[in-house]
Amino acid sequence: MAEARAERKDVTTGKSTEAQQREPELVLRPPVDIFEDAEGITLLSDMPGVDKERLNLQVDKDSLLIEGEARIEMPEGMEALYADVRSTRYQRSFALSSELETNEIDASIKDGVLRVRIPKRAEVRPRKIEVRAT
Amino acid sequence: MFGSLTNFGGGLFEDFRRMEEEMDALLGRGRWPAGIRSVVRGTYPPINVGSTPEQVDVYLFAAGLDPKTLDISLQQNLLTVSGERKAPVEKDVDYYRKERFDGAFRRVITLPEDVDPDRVDASYRDGILQIHIQRREAARPRQIEVK
Repeated sequence: MAEARAERKDVTTGKSTEAQQREPELVLRPPVDIFEDAEGITLLSDMPGVDKERLNLQVDKDSLLIEGEARIEMPEGMEALYADVRSTRYQRSFALSSELETNEIDASIKDGVLRVRIPKRAEVRPRKIEVRAT
Repeated sequence: MFGSLTNFGGGLFEDFRRMEEEMDALLGRGRWPAGIRSVVRGTYPPINVGSTPEQVDVYLFAAGLDPKTLDISLQQNLLTVSGERKAPVEKDVDYYRKERFDGAFRRVITLPEDVDPDRVDASYRDGILQIHIQRREAARPRQIEVK
């Protein structure tokens, strides 16, 4: 896909259209923890400044996209003296696999920590077989 | 809205500037000597500092903190923030990624000399700790009227 894009050039300037269309805004890649148990996968992500209204989760058949916009309260006319963080936009995506139940994804955000729970399909969850004592 | 804190020119020039900085860091030839208390980029938590003639605001991007565990002190113009961020490893699960910071942290920030250590307040919202420090009156630019 990247190669196909590089081939596309502007006919008037000969420059790659990608370079022209590239947004000047930087996007932050939020750190994540991802772990799996028998019932599903949990993803935690640090997105400080993002609340429920500014969070966007998109799930399609095989991918999960996390997006958020941080809100920072700032007086007017403020000048930066120092900045580690140079954007307010978070974005990261993950490929999902077919044994996950994408229709039942549950997400919440608290104090800027996003928690996403992706259950496995019922048929792939390990079933415990009870042995009855007779 | 956040423009003045994040907009450092951006675009191609920003890329060149960063590339140059990285080269300088690699070759050990910084254009300016590093601050004695400066830390490497990527240290937790990330910090932004902004100022107006009336105040200096420090933003710590620290999601999932318990504000009660924070220790914030300002000695003259030296602001110290320390605390602990808990992101413990869950039991009985298999980890694929563990990128979130876990543990104690401490950051020291040198603020402009005219901040007033007696007028500081801090708030924590949606994972951002905002420390608000007023500057001394005398240091503010004064408009002089011509009669």
